[in-house]
Amino acid sequence: MIPAIGELSLILAFLFAIIQGTLPLVGVWRNKKTLINLAVPAARAQSGLIALAFFILGYSFYVNDFSVLYVASTSNSQLPTIYRLAAVWGGHEGSMLLWVSILAVWTIAVTMFAKNLPDSFRVRLIAVMGLVSVGFLAFILFTSNPFDRLIPAALDGRDLNPLLQDPGMVFHPPVLYMGYVGFSVAFAFAIAALLDGSLDNAWARWTRPWTTVAWAFLTLGIAFGSKWAYYELGWGGWWFWDAVENASFMPWLVGTALIHSLAVTEKRGAFKVWTVLLSICAFSLSLLGTFLVRSGVLTSVHAFATDPSRGIFILLYLVIVIGGALLLFALRAPNVGLGEKFDVVSRESFLLANNVVLAAAAGSVLLGTMYPLLIDALGGGKISVGPPYFDAVFVAIMAPGIFLMGLGPLAKWKKTSLPEIGTRLKLAAVISVVSALLVPSIMGKISLMVAVGVFMGAWVLSTTLILLQNRINSRQVASVSLINNLKGIPLAFYGMLLAHFGIGVFILGVTLVKGYETEQDVRMEINDVAKVDDLAFVFKGAKEIKGPNYLSSQGTFVVTSGNKTIGILHPEKRFYPVQGSTMTEADIQPGVFKDLYVSLGEPLEQGAWSVRIYIKPFVQWIWAGCIIMALGGLLALCDRRYRVVEKNIVKGKKRKK
Amino acid sequence: MKKLLITLMLASHFLLSANVALAGEAKPLAEDPVLEARLKAMSHELRCLVCQNQTLADSDAPLAEDLRKEIRAQMREGKSDQEVVDYLVARYGDFVRYRPPVNNSTALLWFGPFLLLILGGFVLYRALKRQAGGESFETED
Amino acid sequence: MSKKLKFLLPLFLFLVAVGFLAKGLFLNPHEVPSPLVGKPAPVFTAPLLGEAGKSFHSDEMKGQVWLLNVWASWCVACREEHPLLMEMAKTKKIITYGLDYKDTDAEAQQMLAAMGNPYDKVITDIDGKIGIDYGVYGVPETYLIDKLGVIRYKHTGPLTPEILLAKIVPLLNELQQ
Repeated sequence: MIPAIGELSLILAFLFAIIQGTLPLVGVWRNKKTLINLAVPAARAQSGLIALAFFILGYSFYVNDFSVLYVASTSNSQLPTIYRLAAVWGGHEGSMLLWVSILAVWTIAVTMFAKNLPDSFRVRLIAVMGLVSVGFLAFILFTSNPFDRLIPAALDGRDLNPLLQDPGMVFHPPVLYMGYVGFSVAFAFAIAALLDGSLDNAWARWTRPWTTVAWAFLTLGIAFGSKWAYYELGWGGWWFWDAVENASFMPWLVGTALIHSLAVTEKRGAFKVWTVLLSICAFSLSLLGTFLVRSGVLTSVHAFATDPSRGIFILLYLVIVIGGALLLFALRAPNVGLGEKFDVVSRESFLLANNVVLAAAAGSVLLGTMYPLLIDALGGGKISVGPPYFDAVFVAIMAPGIFLMGLGPLAKWKKTSLPEIGTRLKLAAVISVVSALLVPSIMGKISLMVAVGVFMGAWVLSTTLILLQNRINSRQVASVSLINNLKGIPLAFYGMLLAHFGIGVFILGVTLVKGYETEQDVRMEINDVAKVDDLAFVFKGAKEIKGPNYLSSQGTFVVTSGNKTIGILHPEKRFYPVQGSTMTEADIQPGVFKDLYVSLGEPLEQGAWSVRIYIKPFVQWIWAGCIIMALGGLLALCDRRYRVVEKNIVKGKKRKK
Repeated sequence: MKKLLITLMLASHFLLSANVALAGEAKPLAEDPVLEARLKAMSHELRCLVCQNQTLADSDAPLAEDLRKEIRAQMREGKSDQEVVDYLVARYGDFVRYRPPVNNSTALLWFGPFLLLILGGFVLYRALKRQAGGESFETED
Repeated sequence: MSKKLKFLLPLFLFLVAVGFLAKGLFLNPHEVPSPLVGKPAPVFTAPLLGEAGKSFHSDEMKGQVWLLNVWASWCVACREEHPLLMEMAKTKKIITYGLDYKDTDAEAQQMLAAMGNPYDKVITDIDGKIGIDYGVYGVPETYLIDKLGVIRYKHTGPLTPEILLAKIVPLLNELQQ
């Protein structure tokens, strides 16, 4: 009965989404107040109904209702409660429901916080979001209904894939989707502006905070996923350039470009065409990612040729949404003006140069991800494009962008002088070169890759600090205390500093872990000692333990340095009987300068085990860097000018009328 | 000679740490750590055919194990990395290489992004000049 | 005019991508075509199942068109195609040799005893070396080899009547002439 209510509420949500996506647009067109006024209530009803469906699915998981096919195939009565709830998005149908649920969250947010926009614009914005939702709800209802029943009910479920039974599963998908789907708001802003013909500075100012939040969520979501892979997959990798990862990374790159080009458009009303195209692209790449992941074109476990209906449906959806958006773009963009003048060498041009780099980088990821499909479709056979390609091409493309990151923020708006920037950055150049020489010799192994990486990381960090110092100096007068001076700097500026600083931390982490990680594959009997650098890992044997839904061999390793014990690690080899699968659960002692990472291989004779011991220097900096970036985004969001200025602009507009 | 060196190194290592390690030293799983390192470096660029989204180095599939064994054997015979890769490509095609070869059909893949970067830079420069009012200003000192 | 056209470029690129994605929906990402098709089949010598002391050399097959079916008693999908192989054996139209891949003789013989033996002979490949030479990656696999010893066709996964009728039989008729 209860699942039937869930299905009903999805159907009703679908109907409300249709209302939300069509009638208000007619209302704006025909100037019918009654139809215009439908937008917000329809959007809220739609979102509420989706939330209800989502909670009902969660409830079905909670009470182990195995008469719901989806619950029976992704959960099990032995599964711990928290994972039963995370299992809501553990399979295809549920993750699609999560997608629309998060779209509902964003829709609600738009109806609540985007109040100060002109009516016609706001209504179009909400309607576009409704149209995005219509397609997804149709997809769910017609091809991937999570409420399909199983009669008679299964006695027990087939369990959640043990790989997904992890705290990472609880946080990673919702946060990632908040980012993915969050770009739908920027997309809706772009479409509304194109429809409205109001592509101007104000449009850019309205879009900025929404883009920044989505970007921050996406950054966090990707970081969570990477961290999860790091400890869950048992060999300490944190990024694999897998199609699924690339699918989330491309919107991130384009979203990053968008944040920067929005700055130019807001300041100068320039490059509007490019900015609006980026808004469309960021969300389009999110959708493309969904297609790639969900259709099985690149990585499915099952050959998709047997049931291509889902793939065809999503593809049609892409054609309508993205194709429609790009068509509208082609029709309206030629009439957009140039905006204010600025010099070829200026803050604006640095921001746009960053866009070229990020777009080319996103292009390389897209090309690498799609190329095997391209070659196969042209009858050229099967090829693989993997980490060696991306490491080479992506890094080479990004390197000039990283260098520009140091210059750009010091450049003045409208017109700037390169030599002046050069003078200010002398110190940063010295610091970076010295670090590039010093760090490898401290770490004990010199390599060009590390030197270049450290140079770039140090360059970003030092230029960011110099930027702060410059800002303080330029405002410092005798009568103002340093604290008040610091307080006077807008939060958006701090946000930018923090995000850039995060990139520097991230680059250092990546460089040092790639350059200096070590791995040992050893055979250990009880009380055997494995030595890595100045550390000794003593194997104290493995014992059998019983988890809630698994059996496990849990090893104990005591790590000593000199005579001091610095850690005890318990890696496990788990067996999950329901799916008959074995999982390697590595144990990690994280540290600021290095992680100790131990995973159990196979049991050997006489209580011995094959053991992998990794030392991962500075690996935590990778995720720390991402978190700093995301915090930077959130800090920028708190800048009061978004609220104040938004109101002023609207007042200004109304006055004009 | 090499063996002697390794023995000496191990011996000195053991002497230095004898006071800590009461039990035995963990033994490397591989008979020949140097060869193993070579295998590892190489197999990180090879794709496992069974579990298609893993490298040959990371996969526990039986075929991956067999292939690693085969690669070790060939390396011991003195074959170069290139010869070993060619051996695998002859059997499984370019699919096994995570680093696609540079040839006519992959030229776009390898050079396309750089072309995009250069083209993008050019288009931006022209657009910036237009934005500046049809002429470029010389930057003043 | 050209000024307006450039704004159509993103749409155009997108539609091209859609074309490829649509094509991609009907491709199987897991099927890796063998580079050995059209090349001489690797030469090998190996013991025969159930015929102690006797060995098989691939050159023995020169002058004949034959199927090499890679299977194993531990392979579930092989049991799926087994009845079809039995049917084929009944027609006596094609010589089929089995390659028992990474299996034990006892278990292999047990399976053949239980399900019938569709093979003219079974070659054993205990350590999987022949399999590697043939580029085997997912048992069952089937190779069609011509009179000159050249591999003409390879199918990965269980044989189906459709594959048999659409691909193997026509090629077989052509090669046997």
